Amino acid sequence: MEFLRPATWEEALAVKAQHPSAVPIAGGTDVMVELNFDRRRPDALVDLNRIRELHEWRIEDDDTVRLGASVPYARIIEALHDRLPGLSLGARTVGSPQIRNRGSVGGNLGGASPAGDAHPPLLASGATVEAASVRGTRLIPIDDFYLGVKRNALEPDELIRAVHIPSATGPQQFAKIGTRNAMVIAVCSFAVALHPHTRDVRTGIGSAAPTPRRAREAEEFIRAELDESGLWTSGGELPRAAARRFGELVAGAAAPIDDVRGSAAYRRHALAVLARRTLLWTWNDHRATGRAAA
Amino acid sequence: MRVTFTVNGRPTEADDVWEGESLLYVLRERVGLPGSKNACEQGECGSCTVYLDGAPVCACLVAAGQVQDRAVGTVEGLADGDTLDPVQQAFVDAGAVQCGFCTPGLLVQTHDLLNRAHHPSDAEIREALSGNLCRCTGYEKIMDAVRLAAARKADARGTAPAGSEG
Ligand SMILES: Cc1cc2nc3c(=O)[nH]c(=O)nc-3n(C[C@H](O)[C@H](O)[C@H](O)COP(=O)(O)OP(=O)(O)OC[C@H]3O[C@@H](n4cnc5c(N)ncnc54)[C@H](O)[C@@H]3O)c2cc1C
Ligand code: FES
Ligand code: FES
Repeated sequence: MEFLRPATWEEALAVKAQHPSAVPIAGGTDVMVELNFDRRRPDALVDLNRIRELHEWRIEDDDTVRLGASVPYARIIEALHDRLPGLSLGARTVGSPQIRNRGSVGGNLGGASPAGDAHPPLLASGATVEAASVRGTRLIPIDDFYLGVKRNALEPDELIRAVHIPSATGPQQFAKIGTRNAMVIAVCSFAVALHPHTRDVRTGIGSAAPTPRRAREAEEFIRAELDESGLWTSGGELPRAAARRFGELVAGAAAPIDDVRGSAAYRRHALAVLARRTLLWTWNDHRATGRAAA
Repeated sequence: MRVTFTVNGRPTEADDVWEGESLLYVLRERVGLPGSKNACEQGECGSCTVYLDGAPVCACLVAAGQVQDRAVGTVEGLADGDTLDPVQQAFVDAGAVQCGFCTPGLLVQTHDLLNRAHHPSDAEIREALSGNLCRCTGYEKIMDAVRLAAARKADARGTAPAGSEG
């Protein structure tokens, strides 16, 4: 095995172009488990830790957060909870403090596990993945990023440089079902983001389909419901029946399986509950704070 | 390959390191620091917790090559000669050590917590230690030890637990 240590981003791209089968390692919280248990024996590892810019984030002119691929969850929670509340809530549920000091969104995306906790908030925010190779840079909309179980849209010579995430313009929520409060892989999870300026509601479902996915029918339903009843303008209470229907449609968008963590039926039921609750939380939050500020 | 880094402030060289090896293995088997324990090798138990550039991490999940030129702090570095760190002393005094396998990781993790939060609430302590498993104590004595260490450190600083500093 080779251990490749590019010192700059350009070097990393060159290394990946030369060794397309080399496995990038950032926080290592997925890669090292596979190595320790002999589940993977790559010809080479590409250490991304020395590339400083991957650990940095900045705010772009349009208020988008450009989050370096290797920024650990702990930093996101600490520094970006205001701008990225959904992702920060998701980040808080990842593993343990030790895992959050190393694990990154770039690693979550690289692994593309359907259970990854960054995915639902990224879907709900409408994030974009910045992928690059020696051939150039691609901006991949998050909706096009997840291709299958642990499969993503990266080409063999590509690396994730950053994730572009619009700063929240309305309340966001993330909820996750697990057997305890820490150290759990999601049985299922759900994220919702209100986008008051476009009168949109976006969602993300985790751990209940081969890939993380949005619940588009639920989004369209609640968008129409809020429009037709003039709730964005009136700031009125969200009818419980609408929240319930939203939950059912979210559950309907999932394609869960039975596994050791839970049955498909339980996952569907739990998703309906999480979706209904988080929608009500965000709507009530919007009524209390968002409209006052607007 | 050779990996050069510092451990507890001391420049350290490890030779013949396999490229897929963990920092935990290097510490225990190559540089003679078996304080960090190997219990799961998958990040679940926290018994291998060490500082990497000041942040507590699972040594079993850091590739050895990733620590090149970086600073590692282990449980062996907590005591000052024969004088235990207040966190270590509190674990002894509170009876928070039974088989001791989880202890090194808990000490490093608690040490970090008390550097960041001077008067942590029970909820904060539980959250900080949520990645450290103990099969013996039932955690109550560990909670006692952390509270004791926090109180003693506050005494030493001459501050009362007003909750404003954490
Ligand atoms: C004990 C434990 C608990 C965990 N709990 C959770 C949890 O609750 N929720 C959760 O979502 N995850 C959890 N995980 C999994 C893991 O922590 C996350 O997936 C994390 O986001 C991985 O980030 P990393 O930087 O450590 O990735 P790494 O392990 O370094 O890499 C992961 C994958 O991404 C690839 N990769 C990394 N960076 C890039 C890049 N820049 N470009 C292209 N590919 C890249 C790697 O090649 C690899 O395939 C847990 C892991 C452990 C060990
Ligand atoms: S041995 Fe590293 S966390 Fe268990
Ligand atoms: S004292 Fe035995 S595992 Fe904690």
